[in-house]
Amino acid sequence: MADSLQPVEDPSRAAAIRTPAVIAPGHTFGTVTDKISAIVLARKTPLGWYAGFGTAMFFTLLLLVSLTYLVLTGIGIWGNNIPIGWAFDITNFVWWIGIGHAGTLISAILLLLKQTWRTSINRFAEAMTLFAVACAAVFPVFHTGRPWLAYWLVPYPNTMNLWPQFRSPLIWDVFAVSTYATVSLLFWFVGLIPDLATLRDRSQSPVGRVIYGMLAMGWRGSAHHWHRYETAYLLLAGLATPLVVSVHTVVSFDFAVSIVPGWHTTIFPPYFVAGAIYSGFAMVLTLAIPIRAVYNLEDFITMRHLQNMAKVMLVTGLIVAYGYLTEAFIAWYSADRYEGFVPLNRMIGPYAFAYWALIFCNVVVPQALWLKRVRTSVPVLFIISLIVNVGMWLERFVIIVTSLHRDYLPSSWGLYSPTFWDWSTFVGTIGLFLSLLFLFLRFLPMISIFEMRTILPEARVGE
Amino acid sequence: MKGPSPLYGLMAEFDDVSSLVLAAERAYGEGYRCLDAYSPFPIEQLHEALGSHHTRLPLIVLIGGLCGCLGGYALQYWSSALAYPLNIGGKPLHSWPAFIPVTFECTILAAALSAVLGMLALNGLPMPYHPVFNVPRFALASRNRFFLCIEAIDPKFDVEATRRFLETLNPREVNTVAD
Repeated sequence: MADSLQPVEDPSRAAAIRTPAVIAPGHTFGTVTDKISAIVLARKTPLGWYAGFGTAMFFTLLLLVSLTYLVLTGIGIWGNNIPIGWAFDITNFVWWIGIGHAGTLISAILLLLKQTWRTSINRFAEAMTLFAVACAAVFPVFHTGRPWLAYWLVPYPNTMNLWPQFRSPLIWDVFAVSTYATVSLLFWFVGLIPDLATLRDRSQSPVGRVIYGMLAMGWRGSAHHWHRYETAYLLLAGLATPLVVSVHTVVSFDFAVSIVPGWHTTIFPPYFVAGAIYSGFAMVLTLAIPIRAVYNLEDFITMRHLQNMAKVMLVTGLIVAYGYLTEAFIAWYSADRYEGFVPLNRMIGPYAFAYWALIFCNVVVPQALWLKRVRTSVPVLFIISLIVNVGMWLERFVIIVTSLHRDYLPSSWGLYSPTFWDWSTFVGTIGLFLSLLFLFLRFLPMISIFEMRTILPEARVGE
Repeated sequence: MKGPSPLYGLMAEFDDVSSLVLAAERAYGEGYRCLDAYSPFPIEQLHEALGSHHTRLPLIVLIGGLCGCLGGYALQYWSSALAYPLNIGGKPLHSWPAFIPVTFECTILAAALSAVLGMLALNGLPMPYHPVFNVPRFALASRNRFFLCIEAIDPKFDVEATRRFLETLNPREVNTVAD
């Protein structure tokens, strides 16, 4: 059985639908374990890792410089000012939170739907979620202006006798995002426990054994433990599924509950959730494509995965396109002159370039994914994923800035342009994200080893 | 310091999943009750073969979720209507629809924490020391080998007889596990 060349699925069925397998043939429990754990346990860190981590750290330091200057000076160093009180900061916040959503979708929703192809991408997609949420949190916290008082957002008994305003979507956001961060961390850590035990047992270095041993908490793979473990994992997936839908819904409430033209619309929750998944899958592709090439993981992250992710992007992209249409239609159909002005202003106003760029990136380019030739071409997929990432960032920029800069009173219209510090903070969070990702790739198994074992043919109990 | 028999049990090692499940069924059928199987990934049939019952974990998660739900709502009601009443846009002090998102998030948070902490508590983790790790080959339980351990506390346990029984299951080898 060990050297069986059978693909994972029923070969007749796989041949019939002509899709590549989710794992290359010929792998055994041993080879899967060794191949994934070798990346972490390798004695020598590859030079490319140092180069990548060094570059990412440079931008992380830029973030620290920007935030230090911000705390010393005030948020006046950013370009936001009345009437555009929210600009890059909230755009980046929504963009990062949205990116995180694909991680939870892959780990929780696809688990409940029994999509075994999720197995080789869920671990690093979940890590991506955590790091994206960490980057997202930077923006609202520092946008408060006095981040050292951010804990006032948390309800706790205090000598001022003050309580948070629970009727405000901004407080809902605090609860939604902090719950999301906590549950994502739990989900990720629970998934890691058996793999940490594998690393503990295979590590050659005493330090590694101690650290992985402590993190594995004495996991020994007992049948009784596995049973409770699987129950807990499934329940977490069941809880994370409505949670992930709620998070971007609540983020959209930050806008939809207000009365600003262009924000006050009921399409926002579903359209934000679809956009989040769209941008998240784009980011998973952006990360997965170089990672599988650099670490030679083509056996585990196969064309099947890339194609499936491309299809999810196509579908969610169409939902987002439908959202844009509905937004414009309802604005006209409402017969409200302020609402009707918003789409026109987006299309031909001072930020028209951003609007048309977003339509090009999010609606036009992804239509190429209808073609199988495009879905099976790795470089093209990579480029499309980058374009969608840019497009989804532009979408949030357009929603936020074009709605605020011209609302009811023409006397209080204004324009926004980002300053150096707007850009440096944004680029800095990308550096933070990549630094965390590089550390993750070096010290933790980026693919769930135990789940990979379960999809091998030899994992089946025969009679 | 220890008693006369510092023995935790006997452990048989198997090469594949099916042998382990079969061995677990046979051992259970033979009347052994204090036994456990170890595998590098979850095997659905295994805990059934060991005669294990349903876990209480879903109940713990339900209770945790309900506590989070009621606690979250109570916090908002108490702080918005009683402790710190503020008129916001003419809404009633007990404006329940506005309290639903936070109630929902608190439910999920408490349920997820109970799922993880409950799983760890029921499994007795973290556990820094366990006798099965005394068998050097047990390190492979997290790679590609399958183990069945019959514990010495089992009333039917007898070092010679149990070893003979385990040998009949066609294992790769049988090891004694020191306590």
